[in-house]
Amino acid sequence: MNKLTVSPSPHVHSGDSVKKNMYGVIIALMPALLASLWFFGVGALVVTLTSVAACLLFEFLIQKYLLNRAPSILDGSAIITGLLLAFNLPSNLPIALIIIGAAVSIGIGKMAFGGLGNNPFNPALVGRVFLLISFPVQMTSWPLPIASRMSYVDALTGATPLAVLKEGVKSGQSMAELTEKIPSSINLFLGNMGGSLGEVAAIALIIGLAYMLIRRIITWHIPVSVIATVLIFTGILHLVDPQQYVSPLFHLLTGGLLLGAIFMATDYVTSPMSHPGMIVFGVGIGVITVLIRVFGAYPEGVSFAILIMNAFTPLINKYIKPKAFGEVAKPVKA
Amino acid sequence: MLKTFSIGGIHPAENKLSAQNPIATLDLPAQAIVMLAQHIGAPAEPVVQKGDIVKTGQLIAKASGFVSANIHAPVSGTIEKIDDVADASGYKRKAIFIKTDGDEWLETIDRTPDLKKEISLSPAEIIQRIADAGIVGMGGATFPTHIKLAPPPGKKCDILIINGVECEPYLTADHRVMLEKGDEIMVGIAILMKALSVNKAIIGIENNKPDAIAHLNKMAQAYQGISIMPLKVQYPQGGEKQLIDACIGRQVPSGKLPIEVGAVVQNIGTALAIYEAVQKNKPLIERVITVTGKSVSTPGNYLARIGTPMLSLIEASGGLPVDTGKIIGGGPMMGKALTSIDIPVTKGSSGLLIMPDREATRQPMQNCIRCAKCVSACPMGLEPYLLMVLSQKGIWDRAEEEKVMDCIECGSCSFTCPSQRPLLDHIRLGKNKVGQIMRSRTK
Ligand code: SF4
Ligand code: SF4
Repeated sequence: MNKLTVSPSPHVHSGDSVKKNMYGVIIALMPALLASLWFFGVGALVVTLTSVAACLLFEFLIQKYLLNRAPSILDGSAIITGLLLAFNLPSNLPIALIIIGAAVSIGIGKMAFGGLGNNPFNPALVGRVFLLISFPVQMTSWPLPIASRMSYVDALTGATPLAVLKEGVKSGQSMAELTEKIPSSINLFLGNMGGSLGEVAAIALIIGLAYMLIRRIITWHIPVSVIATVLIFTGILHLVDPQQYVSPLFHLLTGGLLLGAIFMATDYVTSPMSHPGMIVFGVGIGVITVLIRVFGAYPEGVSFAILIMNAFTPLINKYIKPKAFGEVAKPVKA
Repeated sequence: MLKTFSIGGIHPAENKLSAQNPIATLDLPAQAIVMLAQHIGAPAEPVVQKGDIVKTGQLIAKASGFVSANIHAPVSGTIEKIDDVADASGYKRKAIFIKTDGDEWLETIDRTPDLKKEISLSPAEIIQRIADAGIVGMGGATFPTHIKLAPPPGKKCDILIINGVECEPYLTADHRVMLEKGDEIMVGIAILMKALSVNKAIIGIENNKPDAIAHLNKMAQAYQGISIMPLKVQYPQGGEKQLIDACIGRQVPSGKLPIEVGAVVQNIGTALAIYEAVQKNKPLIERVITVTGKSVSTPGNYLARIGTPMLSLIEASGGLPVDTGKIIGGGPMMGKALTSIDIPVTKGSSGLLIMPDREATRQPMQNCIRCAKCVSACPMGLEPYLLMVLSQKGIWDRAEEEKVMDCIECGSCSFTCPSQRPLLDHIRLGKNKVGQIMRSRTK
């Protein structure tokens, strides 16, 4: 007989792995990727490939030469960062800028803190915000969907619906006039609007969410609390003054809210650990997003909102605990 | 909607390979090795000496101290020696060795198969009889049963809950007992109800055992106050606190016993042993045990005398498979890996699980990716990833604040972790340490 293995319980494992979860997220991103190829064609392809390849390369180089560790680029996390970064970029962004974004995402956003599991901020968002602040012009020129399928940097551009709205409200146009200028709800839902690669097709993002929930890659707490908060907050504003404030549905379907709520805010490493903590985190993101959109300087605020709440995650983890067993004992007559 | 407990939980592959195999009676062992510590608490004290002749059912070791249990001869024969034997973990423990010479039972034990329904003893007499018979919790906890039946002053029990959940994968002993000993269980429960003076008992059974649910439902009609509660399959529903929550929606507060919410929990196997002790005067000298595993040729359920070598059980199931990599006493979630198969059956042996080599070792662990899956899985609402870090770093006061002592060691966290982190290994160490600190404080 062989020697018996003696180890502590449990003696079985679920078979779940880091890879399974990471590749699960990648699969969940595929519908949105297909939608972006449909709307933005060549540009989407170039941006996505560049971003993913650059993220993998930087991860490899940093792990191998700076940290002297065995590279683990195939665990899927760098691919996710690459995809999410691409999804947050316009489809006509020059290759050089994409590479800078990838370098910031992986180098500063992730590896500077010790790699997967240790980074406080969502790496893709760090790259994105860096680009937005450094290259505001390139980062806010949005190719027109479908019309610019066959072109890359020379694509025809326009503004995002949120930007149109923000400008319009500022210059005193009425909501009725503005509604003419922005795409209809059904077009917003399908993704037929100007915007970054991955943010446009609501339906594709929702399919991705359903997939991740069914596979239990994430729980509902963060996406639902972000979305519900934005709907309720903008719904109240809209009810108070429909001339000034656009409908909640518009907020839901534009400006990367769904992309952020479903894929960026749910990043394992940078979101809270307990279910109540996740809800506080999600509500925080929702509130900050609306505040920036409605009252702030930028037309869209999801990225900033998530980064701000990322900074609060350690605090949330410290003070907001899971519901402990026996804490809410129902009264018993003995 | 089927009920279950309210926080966390997992669903490991059930693998109930031996569920359809009726209980078979195992041959008497040529030598019975009866451990003196088969229960939680102080080891029993021998009352026999080398050379004594004993009958089956005769007292051979007496409970010593408040938390302890009597031990009886499982076979008739001669006491060979009282000596050390390695227990499941490989530690030396005292045991009484009996050389079997037939199977001559004490005359006071009623060995007829007739069902005896009439309960003539008073509650105090019942509890005394249970203590005399050396009955302990047979689900694996092995806490002396008579102590659980005497609530501390000021506490009152209003409901009895019977654990027929058998939530550990692979194990089927309780399942078979429910199917084959339904009447005896019902009388056993009636006895417990009388001892506790409650008029309500609930048998919780997961609905992966529909035959047991149907069978006991039918039997229960003839008994006042006993009902069956089918439960959604969810591990660790057999944990006392989880089972009470699932069946009656009461949550036992942190650090407290079930009696705090008016409940007492007993296992199916214990109910059967209680019937036999009280109605037939038969002490606890045998039990049903599952022998199973994916490579085992005929997984089965056996009625085996205490002290039978595990090897006889394995032989009865077709011998030790060639690819054996690990042998577990109990189920795969909470059972103990055995250092050798030269150990005897004890009162707490619910199963013997033989795992093939390929499943015996763990995968290498990776960084925590903070996925929170361990937090979602924990049935006590703890944060296993955090408890592991605190235990590793030895930050005991924080571990205590984070309720490390609430951990029921169910293993759901380690089972779930995609990074294969050995969460429970570290939490267990933390629990031991914090437990020591807390005890030294009260001294
Ligand atoms: S072993 Fe302890 S910490 Fe882990 S899931 Fe079970 S109760 Fe929670
Ligand atoms: S399940 Fe594992 S990887 Fe996930 S948070 Fe818990 S310890 Fe970390």
